[in-house]
Amino acid sequence: MTGRSFTLVLVLALGVFLGSNSLYVIKETERGVLLRFGEVVDPDLQPGLHVKIPFVNNVRKFDGRVLTVDSQPERFFTQEQKALIVDSYAKYRIADTATFYTATSGDDSRAASLLAQRINDGLRNQVATRTIQEVVSGERDLLMETITKELDEVARTELGVEVVDVRVKQIDLPPDVSESVYRRMNAEREKEARERRSQGQELAEGIRAAADREVTVIRANAYREAEQIRGEGDAEATRVYADSFGQDPEFYAFTRSLRAYQDSFQGSGDVLLVEPDSDFFRYLKDATGGK
Amino acid sequence: MAWNEPGGGNNSRDPWGGGNQGPPDLDEAFKKLQQRLGGLFGGGGGSGGGLSTTLVLFAFGAAASVWGLAGFYQIDEQERAVVLRFGEYHSTAQPGLQWNPPLIDEVIKENTTRVRSARFREIMLTQDENIVEVSLSVQYVIDNVKDFVLQVRLPENSLQHAAKSALRHVVGGMTMDLVLTEGRARIATEVQQRLQDYLSMYGTGIRLSTVNVDDSKPPTQVQSAFDDVIKAREDEERVKNEAQSYANGIVPEARGKAAREIEEASAYREEVIANAMGEADRFDQLLGEYRKAPEVTRERLYLDAVQNVYSNTSKVLVDIESGNYMMYLPLDKLSSGTTTSRAGGGFEINAGNIRELTDAVAEQLRRDMAAQQSRRGGR
Repeated sequence: MTGRSFTLVLVLALGVFLGSNSLYVIKETERGVLLRFGEVVDPDLQPGLHVKIPFVNNVRKFDGRVLTVDSQPERFFTQEQKALIVDSYAKYRIADTATFYTATSGDDSRAASLLAQRINDGLRNQVATRTIQEVVSGERDLLMETITKELDEVARTELGVEVVDVRVKQIDLPPDVSESVYRRMNAEREKEARERRSQGQELAEGIRAAADREVTVIRANAYREAEQIRGEGDAEATRVYADSFGQDPEFYAFTRSLRAYQDSFQGSGDVLLVEPDSDFFRYLKDATGGK
Repeated sequence: MAWNEPGGGNNSRDPWGGGNQGPPDLDEAFKKLQQRLGGLFGGGGGSGGGLSTTLVLFAFGAAASVWGLAGFYQIDEQERAVVLRFGEYHSTAQPGLQWNPPLIDEVIKENTTRVRSARFREIMLTQDENIVEVSLSVQYVIDNVKDFVLQVRLPENSLQHAAKSALRHVVGGMTMDLVLTEGRARIATEVQQRLQDYLSMYGTGIRLSTVNVDDSKPPTQVQSAFDDVIKAREDEERVKNEAQSYANGIVPEARGKAAREIEEASAYREEVIANAMGEADRFDQLLGEYRKAPEVTRERLYLDAVQNVYSNTSKVLVDIESGNYMMYLPLDKLSSGTTTSRAGGGFEINAGNIRELTDAVAEQLRRDMAAQQSRRGGR
């Protein structure tokens, strides 16, 4: 009885041990290879529950999702020998598990560092054939496509990895070059500011001058008109005088002279030396008036 | 009998495994249970066969109900869950009360309706090799929860990388002036397009709802120069306005003066014409009367006038044949005599002492002014 139950326990324990060693799960996010004595027998295990022979078969699992390689910023030279600091990343996914396993022994970080190296090599070559202008703006898409394609071919055959995308995160000038760019930007702004100010002065001077001219013209026109009006007045007055006084010029001279005498000798400070033989005094000496 | 019991135990594994073999963890638990059962067999001998069967059934029942209850879970309206059965994608669970067999199924919940956001502030090169600083905010939701969970490792990290890349790409294709001014909206739409393309290509399951350029400005090293340009623009406007106000000030004034001058001229014209007409009328009338009696009128006019002249002036009648001898006339006495009689007061005001007085007043004023200025300077 005791012997039977012992056997039972032993059998059960063995069954559990075998069960736990022969069943395994490949998750949806994983890829796996099945090995038999170290030899790859099933290179692409589908997600789900699988059975293997304990001790004979071995399973290696890898992350099958899209992974990121974030390479270190590096200094590259463009066609015109200008330095650029380029920081890039790549997205990759395991394509061929067998190749991946043999090339990297299933180590993510090894694959990443190998890829990063290749990306930087590719970028260095691509940047070297282009000007800074083309790298920064014009041909970025083309550049990225070329690198992605090249890298994909190499990575597929050598690492068993599919390169989904390579992107440049950062293309910057080195710090010392940035300083000179800042200086240039400052100079450009100063130029613009000065131009603005002097343009303002120019316009202002124009406005002032136009106003001054207008004032001068207004004054001159007013003077002309005023003189014309005065002339009209003078002419009219002269005509009236001539019409009137022309009737008896001698009498006009007489009355005008008399008025002039009266106006001239009004002040009491005037002293007249009078000889009494004038017409006015003709009765002063002689009651008959000398006639 | 004893062989059947463990056999029954083996059969009772079926409901656990749903017709499949159990995962390794179950095996552990089972092993322990078996050990305990073995102990019971060993201790109880052949007598307690019925008891041990009941106990085993009870233990299995309890374990099964605990396991069953653990399979219930709740999914919020905001959430979706990805269900993996033995690691394989099985289904996407909707909101509500759900049950999935524990240990067999793995449930990964994600909030899919909450709008998530990310912000970036980057300094980058523009097309014309200038440097600008742009800050961008991205709002996104999880559109495809299966892709989000299964396709990409750290999908939100991928978003960060891709957003930086897209932003730099778009800004790299624009001139600085455009980036700093009206180009912002264009940056936002182009970045959104580009970024969405990248994210779809990686299969992140993320959908962008909005991309917004919060700020684009020159770097701090050149900020002051840029500010100065803005000030210069203001200065330009100010100087122009000042000139305009000068123009607005003097032109109407000149027009006013011109009008005044013309009015004055018109007044002069009217005046001289009126004067002339008046004088002419007077003369005409006088002439009319004179013609009636010329001799008398002429004599009267003459005498009136001379009388008027003589009565107003000082005069000296010299009733001597001229050239006979020297005649002395004290003219200055004559004139001073008249002025003295005219003034007739104690204090005389003449040109001399008015000048003295004004000099004294002017001197006093000057001294006061000087004193005031020195006091002000002292303060």
